[in-house]
Amino acid sequence: MKLSRIIANTGEWLSGSGLHDQIVVSSRVRLARNIKGRAFPGWSKKAERVGVLQEVRTAVEHLPEMRESFSERLEDLSPLEKQVLVERHLISREHAAKGAGSGVVMNTAQTLSFMINEEDHLRMQAIRAGPQLDEVFAMINQTDTELEETLDFAFHRDLGYLTACPTNVGTGMRASAMLHLPGLVMSEQANKIINSVNKIGLAVRGLHGEGSEAMGNLFQVSNQTTLGESEQEIIGRLNKVIFQILEHEQNARQILLQQRAETLLDQIGRAFGILCHAHFMTSKEALNMLSFIKMGVDLGLFPSKWRLQVDELFIETQPAHLQKGLQVAKLAAEERDSLRAALIRAKLKEMPEPEIGKIPINGSSPSPEPPGTTTKES
Amino acid sequence: MFCDVCKSKEATVFLTQIVEGKMQKVNLCESCSKQKGVNDPTGFALADLLLGLGAAQEIEKNPAGVRCPACGFSQADFKKTGRLGCSVCYDAFSEGLSAMIKNMHRGVIHTGKVPAKLAAVRLREQELGSLQLDLEKAVKEENFEDAASIRDRIRLLETADDLSESKPDDSITASRDEQAGSPAGAK
Repeated sequence: MKLSRIIANTGEWLSGSGLHDQIVVSSRVRLARNIKGRAFPGWSKKAERVGVLQEVRTAVEHLPEMRESFSERLEDLSPLEKQVLVERHLISREHAAKGAGSGVVMNTAQTLSFMINEEDHLRMQAIRAGPQLDEVFAMINQTDTELEETLDFAFHRDLGYLTACPTNVGTGMRASAMLHLPGLVMSEQANKIINSVNKIGLAVRGLHGEGSEAMGNLFQVSNQTTLGESEQEIIGRLNKVIFQILEHEQNARQILLQQRAETLLDQIGRAFGILCHAHFMTSKEALNMLSFIKMGVDLGLFPSKWRLQVDELFIETQPAHLQKGLQVAKLAAEERDSLRAALIRAKLKEMPEPEIGKIPINGSSPSPEPPGTTTKES
Repeated sequence: MFCDVCKSKEATVFLTQIVEGKMQKVNLCESCSKQKGVNDPTGFALADLLLGLGAAQEIEKNPAGVRCPACGFSQADFKKTGRLGCSVCYDAFSEGLSAMIKNMHRGVIHTGKVPAKLAAVRLREQELGSLQLDLEKAVKEENFEDAASIRDRIRLLETADDLSESKPDDSITASRDEQAGSPAGAK
């Protein structure tokens, strides 16, 4: 299977076949494993890495669930192709920077992906749309059990699965959910929530994981510790916290509707206007504007059939996705911004204006000016 | 104020770093700050230093240049990269690592999934361990009748080990799995 065919489809977790939840965008579980008796990728010679790649890749390709799959050595992928995979969360940014001796395998549905010789010999993940942590864990756990039959994983009687970095030792598991939290950001509660989540040993990060910025009001919540608890306990704890954040987000939206309805309408209306008429747009602006439209769909301001188109734009406006169909080397930032704006205008062309009648503005106190915008008195 | 690392010299370098909203402070003397690479702020993470304090002290206890017998990785390499060389490193540097792992995680013993191949071995060890304790208790209480039967069960288990080692996919494992729930974390 060619990568171009995989790239042409957005994959189950981003397309109409997935579960489209209002707040929990996607759920993901990744397991880190290493082959017994071999040095970790960061400390091994190229020949040894090539050997591990060969062994692990063969085992993965022979899994029954990988019958329809794509498998490639990283040096055979173009920078653009790697970037597309990063934007889809199928490989990490670190893995995209790797070359000879590393590889990637994924199924056509793009729900299972395997990074070979990233920081560990094998990092495998399952990802699906919506709140499905238990389901994605079951998927990847089964795959791990199947792989165990052919691969000998490094395992310590006290420390569990051994990983290159001691922060992953034990279960080797990182479970995470991507949450869309515009209500908490607008009501300036997001930082409070992030801090309290961090205090209980879970991490909140931006769109692309560690060290990345929170754009489009998208946040990733994940476990930070991997030793001392079973996989089920970790996921149970994470699920509880996600549910609580979800409730906070819903409350924040309710309060915004009751107290700052006009501000809300203003923000969504502005976002709609800009998206439908702009000619240059950075990916950051696009994500932030699309976030308001997504919330608008949640609030019933736009017909729900538009949810899929809006969700798709979140990924299609990312730099590499924008350029994937083009047979050119690399576009300049300005050319990308122009292309992005055109794509959004075309996609939202038929989208009706927000139905402002759906949100009553009664007794709302004079709402403060939204930050970063100026209103002209005329 | 003394240096947090050597605890003997006066601290002259004071570092404050905010990581994920949490403020961390560390005070160092001049020689320790140089040794930790504090003069190079780009390659320096306070969290690593703080988490690694225990490890750093362990290194000093150990003769300089301890290397992993399997892959040749050294403690200095670990300090530089924050990653280990191979799975044997966990045993080679266990003294220093255990303090660090304790700080990083919610526990120090893995309680999750165990590869099916090892689950049998692990269960057998646990069972043998608890039988040994029972045996000691019985002997102490001069309950020789029980002691004899426990000793017989230990012998039986040990011979079963030999069998299962030559034949890893044994039915004994399966029946024991049922007794103790599902140790492999499989549903």
